[in-house]
Amino acid sequence: MSATATGAATEVTFLEAIGRALADEMRADDRVFLIGEDVGRYGGAFRVTAGLLDEFGPRRVIDTPISESGFTGAAIGAAMMGLRPVVEYQFIDFIANAFDMVVNFAGTNRYRWGQKVPLVLRGPSGGRVSGSAFHSANPEAYFHRAPGLKIVYPATAEDAYGLLRAAIRDPNPVLFFEHKYLYRRVKGTLPEGLETLPLGRARLARAGRDLTVITWSAMVHVALEAAATLAAEGIEIEIVDLRTLKPMDEAAILASVEKTNRALVLSEEPVTGSVAGDVAARIAERAFWSLDAPVARVGCLDTPVPYSPPLEDFYLPNAAKLAARVRELVSG
Amino acid sequence: MTTSASPLGPLHPDVEPRRERLAATALPRESQLELYRYLQLNRRLEDRLTNLYRQGKVVGGLYSSRGQEAISVGSAYALGPRDVVGPLIRNLGSLLVRGVAPREILTQYMARGTSPTGGKDCNLHFGDLARGLVSPISMLGALVPVLAGVALAAKYRGEDSVALTYIGDGGTSTGDFHEGMNLAAVLEVPLVVVAEHNGYAYSTPTERQMKIKDLAQRAVAYGIPARIVDGNDVLAVYEATRQAVSEARAGGGPRMLEVKTFRMKGHAEHDDAGYVPPELFERWRARDPIARFERHLADEGLATRAELDAILADVDRRLDEDVDFALASPWPPPERALEGVYEEGET
Ligand SMILES: Cc1ncc(C[n+]2csc(CCOP(=O)(O)OP(=O)(O)O)c2C)c(N)n1
Repeated sequence: MSATATGAATEVTFLEAIGRALADEMRADDRVFLIGEDVGRYGGAFRVTAGLLDEFGPRRVIDTPISESGFTGAAIGAAMMGLRPVVEYQFIDFIANAFDMVVNFAGTNRYRWGQKVPLVLRGPSGGRVSGSAFHSANPEAYFHRAPGLKIVYPATAEDAYGLLRAAIRDPNPVLFFEHKYLYRRVKGTLPEGLETLPLGRARLARAGRDLTVITWSAMVHVALEAAATLAAEGIEIEIVDLRTLKPMDEAAILASVEKTNRALVLSEEPVTGSVAGDVAARIAERAFWSLDAPVARVGCLDTPVPYSPPLEDFYLPNAAKLAARVRELVSG
Repeated sequence: MTTSASPLGPLHPDVEPRRERLAATALPRESQLELYRYLQLNRRLEDRLTNLYRQGKVVGGLYSSRGQEAISVGSAYALGPRDVVGPLIRNLGSLLVRGVAPREILTQYMARGTSPTGGKDCNLHFGDLARGLVSPISMLGALVPVLAGVALAAKYRGEDSVALTYIGDGGTSTGDFHEGMNLAAVLEVPLVVVAEHNGYAYSTPTERQMKIKDLAQRAVAYGIPARIVDGNDVLAVYEATRQAVSEARAGGGPRMLEVKTFRMKGHAEHDDAGYVPPELFERWRARDPIARFERHLADEGLATRAELDAILADVDRRLDEDVDFALASPWPPPERALEGVYEEGET
């Protein structure tokens, strides 16, 4: 593991991009260390941290007991003392076991007594891998309303790399969600010299004129798939990949909606209480007079994540469901 | 700080699971043969699942209890019909003893519409209170307080049923485990916790999870009586659980058993366990709980080889039928995903 993205451009998987971002940031800054279950010798349940123990040793790659609340709290303490911990949850679902630490302490610390907590909390998220209710979480909405946290949820290898390095350098607690469906399926090229990409900035994933799809993470790829189908029918959708949910790039959303006059928020969350609802509200508040159609949300069912493939397919948004909704909005 | 000798040391003569002779029992021959049947059903069902996994018929991960079958089977066998069990992923044997049919497990692992959850949840993640089964929870430690609550309900109603659940060595480091144990102790509820000390939590050996040698030391801190048991001796597990259950049933409050054993495969089927020194597998293979029990049955003159073979043939026949059933089972109808979030019945 000696190649870095700061050298020549290289093709990597989404998963490798994350591993490289960790390695490059650890090389650049001795304050950065990793902590979590099986992250060391085993290299993590998904092998994101493979090879890092060899290079950085047990001082900087720390295997823990199964104690999410404990190691999250310890990371908060170390962060306050000037270190840059990167916490891995074996599945992001288990961040629930550290909810108190994340929401009540990490998120409020700066506001309550002025002490910053530079911390990254990361792990594999998302469904479509038959993980059922306990191993498929998209937990962004649980944290979106918690003040003091930033939330990054990338869709491409390049973004995963650049945003993770930025998250580690950020002086605040940053949740960094890694959709596990993308780990080995999405590949990308890390441009020569890439270090960080700014948090809080959306990316135009596709330009179009008829409707804006605002989305993030794995759903960006679903939107691109639907866009190809719709283009054949003469419907051109624009796709805004938020990349960072908090802070949210409202300017990019509004600029696109003001151009296309139609908006649909696509996300892999139960629709009720979703981050998508917040996006829709912002559009309704600030771009109402530009709209030719109601703001739509396409998301998951309001149920736990079911296991069997036919059920999970029914539960999840997909290109066909998205395209059908887009046709209604565009023709309506 | 280094750990001093276990404060439980002298209380537990049977710490070393090396003893060849199995624990003394008053169980009659028929019951011992029934235990044998469950042990083999457990192992052979998992062997079938491994084949199905390799054929791509299992949806998601596959978890094995190989080498640990005596714990699930022996402990569940010590329960009464109204007792309640909260199993974990490696407690297939407990489900079988509680009357779960192999086809229920097979259809769960294969995500078929005929599974106990109708395809909504995976592997052993189903429950049925009519059979005294609470569905497993992935979040390790969580079952301990939940089963403490099951025990509380029995005590509340003046019923004499007992709740039993399991935890791995790794799971004992969670906050939920600690809170559940302490709560059960303070509330003096009839809860029996079987802690399976199998050497590894995923890739992490016990010595990197805790500074104590015996999980039973944790129980001392809660004021919960604990015993250390040879987890590869089905009779020892049965007898120790019977004792713990009867003490809990009599109002003595919670009990914990630490069963010493070894995880004979990787964390799940995808994991080749390359991090486990091969000598460890060798050493524990020699203590295989099923082979040991077979020798016991032969040495005690309880069964001839022909009688055991007849049991195996019956187990295989049953599995053939149930595998066929599962393979022929349809996928669930997609719209089922919408059903059942809320209870719509009477209050
Ligand atoms: C709270 C929580 N954190 C992490 C996990 C991921 N995980 C699943 S099993 C496992 C290891 C469990 O080890 P142990 O409790 O010793 O049980 P064993 O697998 O050895 O039976 C881990 C870390 C989890 N299920 N729950």
